[in-house]
Amino acid sequence: MPATAPTFVRREMLPERPPPPLEAGAVRWMRENLFSGWVNTLLTVASLYVVWWILAHVSPWLGNAVWNAGSLSECREILDGVSGACFAVIRDRWHQLLFGFYPPEHYWRPVLALVLLLVALAPVLFSELPRRLLWFSAAYPFVGYFLLWGGSAWLPLLAAAGFGVGYLAWRLTAPGAPLAATVAAFVAPVLWWLFAAPPLLGELRDAVPLGIDFVRSDSIGGFLLSMIIGISAISLSLPLGILLALGRQSDMLFLRSVCIGFIEFIRGVPLITLLFTASLLLNYFLPPGTSFDLVLRVVIMATLFAGAYIAEVVRGGLAALPRGQYEAADALGLDYWKAQRLIIMPQALKISIPGIVNTFIGLFKDTTLVVFIGLLDPVGLSNSIRADTDWNGIYWELFIFIGALFFIFCFSISRYSMYLERKLQKGH
Amino acid sequence: MKKTAFLGALAAAGLAAGVASAQTLEEVQERGELNCGVNTGLAGFAAPDANGVWQGFDVAVCRAVAAAVLDDPQAINFVPLTGQTRFSALASGEIDMLARNTTWTFTRDADLGFTFVGINYYDGQGFMIRRDYGIGSALELDGATVCIQTGTTTELNLADFFRSNNMEYEPVPIETNAEAQQQYLAGACDVYTTDSSGLAATRASFETPEDHVILPEIISKEPLGPVVREGDEEWGDIVRWTLNALIAAEELGVTSANIAELAEGTDRPEVNRLLGTEGNFGEVLGLDSDWAVRAIAANGNYGEIFASTIGEQTPIGLSRGLNAQWTQGGLMYAPPFR
Repeated sequence: MPATAPTFVRREMLPERPPPPLEAGAVRWMRENLFSGWVNTLLTVASLYVVWWILAHVSPWLGNAVWNAGSLSECREILDGVSGACFAVIRDRWHQLLFGFYPPEHYWRPVLALVLLLVALAPVLFSELPRRLLWFSAAYPFVGYFLLWGGSAWLPLLAAAGFGVGYLAWRLTAPGAPLAATVAAFVAPVLWWLFAAPPLLGELRDAVPLGIDFVRSDSIGGFLLSMIIGISAISLSLPLGILLALGRQSDMLFLRSVCIGFIEFIRGVPLITLLFTASLLLNYFLPPGTSFDLVLRVVIMATLFAGAYIAEVVRGGLAALPRGQYEAADALGLDYWKAQRLIIMPQALKISIPGIVNTFIGLFKDTTLVVFIGLLDPVGLSNSIRADTDWNGIYWELFIFIGALFFIFCFSISRYSMYLERKLQKGH
Repeated sequence: MKKTAFLGALAAAGLAAGVASAQTLEEVQERGELNCGVNTGLAGFAAPDANGVWQGFDVAVCRAVAAAVLDDPQAINFVPLTGQTRFSALASGEIDMLARNTTWTFTRDADLGFTFVGINYYDGQGFMIRRDYGIGSALELDGATVCIQTGTTTELNLADFFRSNNMEYEPVPIETNAEAQQQYLAGACDVYTTDSSGLAATRASFETPEDHVILPEIISKEPLGPVVREGDEEWGDIVRWTLNALIAAEELGVTSANIAELAEGTDRPEVNRLLGTEGNFGEVLGLDSDWAVRAIAANGNYGEIFASTIGEQTPIGLSRGLNAQWTQGGLMYAPPFR
């Protein structure tokens, strides 16, 4: 080894130098992403101009917003010729946009129903939570109905008891004949609801008057109505859609034809037509004087509509499963329902999540179509509010508020579905 | 062919519903509530206020009927109806009466199986235009772009008017009145046409109403009135004479302020017959003798209702015009209470 290394060899590391200014930080990012060529430069400049233009027009309007005024003309007096939003209308009517004509002294009921809904949904949506909470989820439809409509507590209790009757009938007959048990499990509750429950309801109502003030369906409106229609249709259409999808794949000719016919008919008809049928045509065919709740009719129609779409989405998931999965289930000796529950559906539904969520979000936004049959959902109420002489002439403020409400709801659904997809991602 | 059979079945079913509910009065009294069909929202005519209480010119007719029949002007279940749902709601018995700015036409009366019991507002289609165009007559509108609500009689009237005057126009189809206001203000159309009451309400909502004029021409007749089902004449009479009582009360000088005093009995026989101190008119209708007193006391007489909902003192600012009493040069003319 020579004592002195050749001079062309560097002995110490050079200190790190910062990258040249054009290759670092914001400048580099902008050069690479915004100005990487003359086309992109042009597009960037044009986009910046559009953004600036929109902001320049909208922000003073939002910035000058008036929140305290009794009418549009008062708003205009305060603004004194300057352009500005008049959000005073929201301050004046927010309760109507949220609850419709629900009696104000009972507002705690829909609010409590919403809180309990979140509690009931939590164990369904997040599998980390204790499974026992699912019992509450199962009871929620009855609790929710009781809170929103009120009346005698015996009605939801007796309706819920029908399921208990069905279970009891199944348990009693199951050891002997499995087929008879299935039939009994369906027939017994129907008999209970038709014959046993109504007289019992009268008796119990007289003996132990238990309940809260009844609120009729036409007092329900605004976002509450959208939520009721949306949530019920969403939660009912998923099981219906799964059954329809299975029916469509079935080997039984009759069942398959019925399912195909139903799906194709519903998909071939616009939702608005179904809603008109619910509100207009049914009146002619029902005996006069029967008042079959309009909200209930709309929920049924929306459920059938979404069910048909879900069925096709789920069928897509079923078709995407390799044939081997079905054969493997058969090879394990599982019967049809066990195979579906343990092997097929978990995989098929996982594949279908984006499609299902898409349908749900679409359905939720479609609830605004009820405005055409005279139900006062937020969009319908915006029309009524505008018809008040105080607020006649107001336009964007109401739509911004309604749009924000819908965005919050739909955006949370879509975030949840992304979470679910990530969680179920097993990777291959 | 199939369509005809279907419509026939519908009509038959509707008829069956109509016949079956021929006892509307008893049904309403038993229910303790009047089901009244109103507009989902039309400025001045029907709209819920901040407390959810319905207010307006058409609503007042419902209140008067409820007061006459049920002794409570608040005992009403308002059913908001759109232009498409209003007639089937009435035909199917979902509502007892319709007070939703509905134009009385031949087909609606004769063909659809309804009875128009009277006219509570004489409307007509007009035009609104910016003042700075300097146009003073609808006959100068050749070549204009016109905002028009689709699927209404106004659309047909507009086409007729322009054709018969050999003029061209370009329609801008819009769905609702609110949309029309936005389009018109944004300059998407030169002219906005709809019922003149609607034009007045729209103009009143503008920031600078004085920049817009409503042209003097009225190109159609739109007599608006309450409607009931055909086949229950007793109920039709009640609604008809409740409306007439409101109109007659104005003519006879009976107001909500002096009605209590006049109901004690006066020396004017027609007032006495109207207010039930003479004759048995209430009994004839199937009501008690104070029916008209309650109907008038609910919101005042026709003139008072007009003034408080759509009259010149309100933001809508409609003048009486054709809707003045016949003694004042208008068309409001209640048949005699005799």
